[in-house]
Amino acid sequence: MLSTRHIIDIQDLSAEDIALILDTAESFKEVNERRIKKLPTLRGRTVVNLFLEPSTRTRTSFELAAKRLSADGVNFSASTSATVKGESLADTAETLSAMACDLVIIRHKYAGSPRLLTRHMDAHIINGGDGMHQHPTQALLDLFTMREKLGRLEGLTVGIVGDISHSRVAGSLVPALRMVGARPIVIAPPTLLPAAPEALGAEVATSLDEVLPELDVAYMLRIQMERAEGMPFPSVREYANLFGMNSARLARMKPDAIVMHPGPMNRGVEISSAVADSSRSMILDQVNAGVAVRMAAMYLLLGGEANASAS
Amino acid sequence: MPVLLRGGRVVDPAIGLDAVCDVVIDDGRIVEVGEDLKVAGATVIECAEKIVMPGLVDMHVHLREPGFEYKEDVASGTRAAAHGGFTAVAAMPNTNPICDEGSAVRFLVERAAQRGKVRVHPIGALTVGLKGEALTEVADMLAEGAVAFSDDGEGVQNSGMMRLIMDYAKQFDALVIAHTEDEALVGRGVVNEGVISTRLGLPGWPAAAEDIMIQRDIRLSELTGCRLHVAHISTAGSVELVRQAKAKGLRVTAEVTPHHLFLDEEAVTGDYDTNLKMNPPLRAATDREALIAGLLDGTIDCIATDHAPHGPHEKALEFEVAPFGSTGLETALPLVITNLIAKKLASWSDVARWMAVNPRTVLAIDDVRIEAGSVADVTVIDPEARVEVTPEFFESKSANSAFLRATLLGKASEVFVGGRIVLRNGKVVD
Repeated sequence: MLSTRHIIDIQDLSAEDIALILDTAESFKEVNERRIKKLPTLRGRTVVNLFLEPSTRTRTSFELAAKRLSADGVNFSASTSATVKGESLADTAETLSAMACDLVIIRHKYAGSPRLLTRHMDAHIINGGDGMHQHPTQALLDLFTMREKLGRLEGLTVGIVGDISHSRVAGSLVPALRMVGARPIVIAPPTLLPAAPEALGAEVATSLDEVLPELDVAYMLRIQMERAEGMPFPSVREYANLFGMNSARLARMKPDAIVMHPGPMNRGVEISSAVADSSRSMILDQVNAGVAVRMAAMYLLLGGEANASAS
Repeated sequence: MPVLLRGGRVVDPAIGLDAVCDVVIDDGRIVEVGEDLKVAGATVIECAEKIVMPGLVDMHVHLREPGFEYKEDVASGTRAAAHGGFTAVAAMPNTNPICDEGSAVRFLVERAAQRGKVRVHPIGALTVGLKGEALTEVADMLAEGAVAFSDDGEGVQNSGMMRLIMDYAKQFDALVIAHTEDEALVGRGVVNEGVISTRLGLPGWPAAAEDIMIQRDIRLSELTGCRLHVAHISTAGSVELVRQAKAKGLRVTAEVTPHHLFLDEEAVTGDYDTNLKMNPPLRAATDREALIAGLLDGTIDCIATDHAPHGPHEKALEFEVAPFGSTGLETALPLVITNLIAKKLASWSDVARWMAVNPRTVLAIDDVRIEAGSVADVTVIDPEARVEVTPEFFESKSANSAFLRATLLGKASEVFVGGRIVLRNGKVVD
């Protein structure tokens, strides 16, 4: 079982927890390849998707994961929730608590909101992305994909390219890579780097071309124009020229190096269509792994084996 | 009836006094200071092992009345002040309506006379509605009792406007209290920009956003000759700028809060405790060290709390949207005793300078001395008292303290305002 009640910050997990989740996800991935993709494991448990920020792929991924484990899933999204009527997150948490929910997955535009939930309810919490802070299940599914494709995690050099300062994906992935013995390098213009990138535990580079030959993984981040305060680079064209992954750059990488992206992609900006659709691109593998990893996380948080045998 | 404070260590740096002696208070004034005094019919308060000093003044508080009485009002805020050892507070103008005209100043003066436990000195707004666009009626507000002017909570962004304000205030020798915040640099910042903002994924607030505005305002003070007081200084750079200004002989003073002195950004952990969300934010350890050094060497004149009460439902929000601020009136003195006196970093004379003498000098309000003839605003401190900072500890309506759950050493035991006892044995007198 996991050593933590919640998955809010990737560092809530130990290295053993991460290994357990990835191993458990392997078996769930096999289930997802069957014709009948359903297990009775979490029958009778209630999982709430509390998505207070727009999301399609993450919400769907969690929803599918819950359904495939036979949990009763409920969606509580921003447009239908009481939050638009002015209810505070604390009140929403207490309402959900009164309804005896077992697990809440929260996506919220403000960092720290999953911690706020833990102060107002007893349910297990999974952080589905909080502001610019973390998105731990994304990091887990990324590790899963890297391990599956490259056969190992320890010793890999992973370049995370783009909007590091606003990226909750980088916020989780960098510490996760460190925990499994990989070497993260964040690569971005200074305007897209946080104030103290070293605090995340990554090396820092401002030239993609310089570090490209060292990389086992080029992890391209989406340019989040909606989060930026003012344009952090002169033009999309210049950004793509300096930091975009294209066929020429791919050719300069190690022969077995892979390209990843958390989606949704801006084709032609951080990644060219030719690369995105190539055999070196793991983008759809990541999506596929997401369901299995989230099944594993839910299963392990909600009692896992004990519950399964009870059912 | 006369009161005899017997055998306390009486400290008043303004007159070079630091001696064990007796103090007699009668009819609102100090009538005698000396050894082994005998006063027929006097109420005797034993002050052995206690400190007797001029009443403390907090020159930066938010009483929230009118408009936000659910957070605090004049009655509760001045009870909190008395509980914290203060005999006077200066109230910032960001109420609703904003204290930006004579009638609003008069309201506060009258309300304080009716309901205040301690003296209340209104601070008027620098600009109408704190919008940074139009001068307020400084003369009218001064006539009604305002002691200083500030747009606290909002930095005046337009340099031309700030110059106009200072030029205008100069004719009355009025004090301008600057909230130094360059909004374009702060952006959505809620914590110090650096390791913590990166680790927690919170928008950062660079120290430079304060330094730049302080540099501008010091330069404008030099240009206009206007008295400038820098509110809640928080960065090493700002301390250095004030130090240089003083060395040049400019009319610049500064204050620091207990939370900036005794906490740094590392206190803001993964718990996202909104009681630690401050404006300006808690800074780096090196800034905190510079603030202590600046206080000890006289660069920073005053300790002021920026007492900022908020309702529990407001502080229960997400960190990024919760309001800034911590209460401070009731923990300031215990924090100073715990962190500076008990650690022998400062003397009682220093404390009296920072919390009683200098705030009066900066605000140019009535002189209080521990000598015959002076108004009897007096604070008696029990340095050995233990303070458990729990929600129940507070007389304030709000308990949003950055120091909740701390155990502190020392507190005020008695407070006299104009000879009237408002705190006795550490309890507010009703």
